Amino acid sequence: MALFTRTPVAPLEYSRTLWMRLWVGAVMVFLYAPLVVLMIFSFNDSKRNVVWRGFTTKYYEKALGNDQLVEALINSLTIAALATLASLVLGTLAAVLLWRFRFPWKGAIDGTISLPIIVPEICLGVAFLMFFAAVGWPTDLVWPFNLGAITIAHITFCFPFVTMVVRSRLASFNREQEEAAKDLGASEGQVFRDVLIPHIKPALVAGALLAFTLSLDDFVITYFTSGPDTITFPVKVYSMVRFSVTPEVNAASTLLIILTVILTFIALKAQGVKAIAETH
Amino acid sequence: MAEQDWKTSKRTFAAVSLPTLFWVVVFFLLPMAIVWLYSFGENRGLTEIEFSGTLDNYKRATEWLYLTIFGKSFAVAALVTLICLIIGFPVAMAITFASEKWRPWLLLGIMLPFWTNLLIRTYALMMLLGTQGFANKGMGALWEGTSWIKTLVGLQPLPTWEPVQLLFNNFAVVFGLVYVHLPFMVLPLYAALDRLDRSLIEASLDLGAGHFRTIMRIVVPLAAPGIIAGVMITLIPALGAYLTPDLMGGTDSQMIANVIERQFKKANDWPFGAALSFLLIYAMFVLIAIQSMRKKVPEVR
Repeated sequence: MALFTRTPVAPLEYSRTLWMRLWVGAVMVFLYAPLVVLMIFSFNDSKRNVVWRGFTTKYYEKALGNDQLVEALINSLTIAALATLASLVLGTLAAVLLWRFRFPWKGAIDGTISLPIIVPEICLGVAFLMFFAAVGWPTDLVWPFNLGAITIAHITFCFPFVTMVVRSRLASFNREQEEAAKDLGASEGQVFRDVLIPHIKPALVAGALLAFTLSLDDFVITYFTSGPDTITFPVKVYSMVRFSVTPEVNAASTLLIILTVILTFIALKAQGVKAIAETH
Repeated sequence: MAEQDWKTSKRTFAAVSLPTLFWVVVFFLLPMAIVWLYSFGENRGLTEIEFSGTLDNYKRATEWLYLTIFGKSFAVAALVTLICLIIGFPVAMAITFASEKWRPWLLLGIMLPFWTNLLIRTYALMMLLGTQGFANKGMGALWEGTSWIKTLVGLQPLPTWEPVQLLFNNFAVVFGLVYVHLPFMVLPLYAALDRLDRSLIEASLDLGAGHFRTIMRIVVPLAAPGIIAGVMITLIPALGAYLTPDLMGGTDSQMIANVIERQFKKANDWPFGAALSFLLIYAMFVLIAIQSMRKKVPEVR
């Protein structure tokens, strides 16, 4: 322990004791080793993907030249962007509704809004499959309208998360600020835009990040909602993993991991690590 | 200023409530109602379904085969939750008591996998656990090493290393689910531990209790709400997991979600799949009811 510490370890400095450090280190290795190996092997010059045979970027060219894969990625990003925008609006409205007003059936409505978080993905997927079959949703629309069904499904399971995050932020809002703004002559809309929105901005960033990732991440619900001709990135990767394990999958995965990291860092730059961490 | 009565500003109330209510009713409650209706229906021909109000689908779901799958899903989810709790609790403690400089980075370290695509994480784990993967190679190397040491001291060498089947069995499903759900457990645990009054821990240590005793008698009871939240957040998705058992499990490691999927994609028995879905949803409700009941029981202490 003397190797690690210069001042003696205080009783509550659990994270400075050796076994705690080893434990946290082991957990981090457990969480990251598979991802690091996956990324390294995306540069492997071998079809079978188990033995290192030299550096190559040809699988990136192959992945980017795979029209279906690129189309799937563009579809996924489009759906995620649309679902995030809609979830932000719906989620914020729901949060404001539940925070500000007293109305009949409030408990039931509150519960129903957070229900999509609890209902298992598989059940939600099944429900959307049956729903779109029952209403006869057209499956042969042109891009981007062919993504409509998937986007609707994604909004349903993303917006309750935005509501949750925004609501916990609203709890710290001082309602006197709103009154003061009104006394000074602001209209409802102005109060909303100039007082409330600035206060909940960190929650909006965190909620947007959460919604975007949840949408981009979703396989099960999309698998049930996508028509025969619309593929998304997870659905495409799933079929690739099912049938073969190739460095092409690694290359595509690495690109998506990098995208996730970039998005995370943009959010961090905007809000700081702590603000993001606290909204979780 | 307390909550405002909706009647005092009806226009704002309508503007705020109607879009959300519309969405929830049309794109959530209606689809769920359709599933519920189907669960009382029967197949008539290839695509026709008659809503006859039959309970046959539920009767079939309580057959021994499906009961064992439900039981197994519960057992796997409970085991995964327990392992996540044991692994995650010390991590949450370490993050809580880390220095100001380190804490955000440790949190980020836990959150980044949570934000990474589930399918990619499962695939990465499959690469490691395959018969040719690093996990097997590492164990093989250890085995060879032991064998070599044994020959050094004049003993018989061990038999040659046979790769172990780490994928496509129940072990792989539990391992994969722990890998995927660990961040779900750590984050609520951290949130609860962070709110803890540290002077209570100090008092306990000052009064002569050891660290282990302090954790079991002071920290755990005080952080109970966070522990329960973490358990629920891990247990519920683990119970409905589809992807991990599908990709990493063997023929005998199906969980309930895989059986539901089969009714829709292969067996084409929508009413039965709908009944199974609703049984899974009811199971979630029971879990949540248990959790909220526990909240109301006053602390006996």
